[in-house]
Amino acid sequence: MSNETLITGKKAENAIKESLFLFTLYICVTIAILTLMTLIYDVLSTGTTRLTSDYEVGLITKIQIDNPVDFLTTLDSRYPDRAGIGPAFAGTVWLMIIVVFVTFPFGTGAAIYLQEFAPKNRLTRFIELNLTNLAGVPSVIYGLLGLAVFVRLAGFGRSVLSGGLTLTLLILPVVIVASREALKAVPDTIRQGALALGATKFQAVFRQVVPSAIPGMVTGMVLGLSRAIGETAPLIFMGALTYVNYFPGTPLSGFTAIPIQVYNWIGYPQAEWKETASAGIILLLGLLLIMNSIAIFIRNRYEKDL
Amino acid sequence: METKETVQVNNESVFNVTDLSVSYGDFVAIKNVNMDITKNKITAFIGPSGCGKSTLIRTFNRMNDLILGAKVNGTITYQGVDLYDKMVDPVQVRRRIGMVFQKPNPFPKTIKENITFGLKVNNMTDNMDERVEKALTQAALWDEVKDDLNKNALELSGGQQQRLCIARTIAVEPDTILMDEPCSALDPVATKKIEDLMQDLVKEFSILIVTHNMQQASRSSDYCAFFTTKTSDDGKRRTGELVEFNETSVMFTTPDQELTEQYISGRFG
Repeated sequence: MSNETLITGKKAENAIKESLFLFTLYICVTIAILTLMTLIYDVLSTGTTRLTSDYEVGLITKIQIDNPVDFLTTLDSRYPDRAGIGPAFAGTVWLMIIVVFVTFPFGTGAAIYLQEFAPKNRLTRFIELNLTNLAGVPSVIYGLLGLAVFVRLAGFGRSVLSGGLTLTLLILPVVIVASREALKAVPDTIRQGALALGATKFQAVFRQVVPSAIPGMVTGMVLGLSRAIGETAPLIFMGALTYVNYFPGTPLSGFTAIPIQVYNWIGYPQAEWKETASAGIILLLGLLLIMNSIAIFIRNRYEKDL
Repeated sequence: METKETVQVNNESVFNVTDLSVSYGDFVAIKNVNMDITKNKITAFIGPSGCGKSTLIRTFNRMNDLILGAKVNGTITYQGVDLYDKMVDPVQVRRRIGMVFQKPNPFPKTIKENITFGLKVNNMTDNMDERVEKALTQAALWDEVKDDLNKNALELSGGQQQRLCIARTIAVEPDTILMDEPCSALDPVATKKIEDLMQDLVKEFSILIVTHNMQQASRSSDYCAFFTTKTSDDGKRRTGELVEFNETSVMFTTPDQELTEQYISGRFG
């Protein structure tokens, strides 16, 4: 090779290609971010009227719901300026509690069994394949299943319990897959090290492998949960209510959830409902943001330890 | 801790291996191994890559059970008990025959917890602090870590991590320690420390060590087994075989087999 190849125009040509490619990538990212910003700006600018207190409608009356606390604690109303999201917020909290308490034991249990104990045979491979497929099933289908199994068969009625269990089914595959990934990421040398010290398989898994995988498992759980609270379709399908004017007191109460409430408000013709609905969206976004932050916090914190 | 016998009958064997072969599915990793491992001595396994030394050492504490499709034929007796008898519990075997791995693998916990884990699973929870100190002292690590027992073990250097792994192994008071290339991930200084440590430990334990490092085998072992791979007649299969098993001093000066001499003098392998 002569030195001439070192100083040909090749480099400049590549540089142009590279910068073109980078430019395209920047455009893609910008479009995505701009869309999101526009949506958020629209929602914020419309919805804050219900959440800030220096607002008056016309000359006649002060608006009824004008701060976050009132918005969160007031019942729904047929007047847009008096409608609070109280019952829907309570419904969502109920759902989250039920989903966490059912999904965590079943999800992590199934993941631990499949990853650490299950024999590697056709049956387990079949189950694994199905889990991955289940994670991709449209959520409406889970609503139908919830209606058939929990509402009718088990006789829980159109209750918050049925809703929570339906959402559990929805996110269980996601949580199991995430938990298995977390377990898979624990190096095999940890298992071997524990076994070589005379630990039983059970001790090796529950005292060394699972504790190392907990951050990943919790992250998967929180992400699954944030998917669950945003779901509307399966809940409507299994029979969640749209106008609820009480706080659900027991797991067997009828209920509504934030996304359903928002969907319902948006459907009314009066323009003021749009403001109320936007306030609901802000609340939902806030909840999602908090949960994702928790997931990130947990991950970072434990990654530092390892 | 029970006092170990201090006076050893010369050449008392701890393992007797008879016609041993290990296969994974159709693949025979090593076959026709016959050897007696002497108590309270260091026995080194040497040989080129793929000759089945690591496979062999893992049959001594039934770590091969964990590999899907691994099958052991022939017998290994440990102090007269057939290790692969149906009545033998592999968990108890591993508790008596400890193992140190190629790559240091401390648990991602504190230094102290690394040692107490083995104690807890073996119900040795009395005098834990003393046991921790004793194990770390025996592993020549105590002076370096005594003030940081609650530090995460992963913050230690590679050599310290490996000594911690040795410490947690001896903390559960095994009779024998298997070492699968314990120094291959370590620098020469750390390697020297482990080798010195082995000389101390062998007074109390029988040690089997797999090593790639011929100098290490000649420096630190009492007995040495040389393995090599033999290719089948059709050239399709390579199987590990024991070529020579001898005292290290003999092996490295006047080996019985020509193949051994070639390997040791660096003419192949």
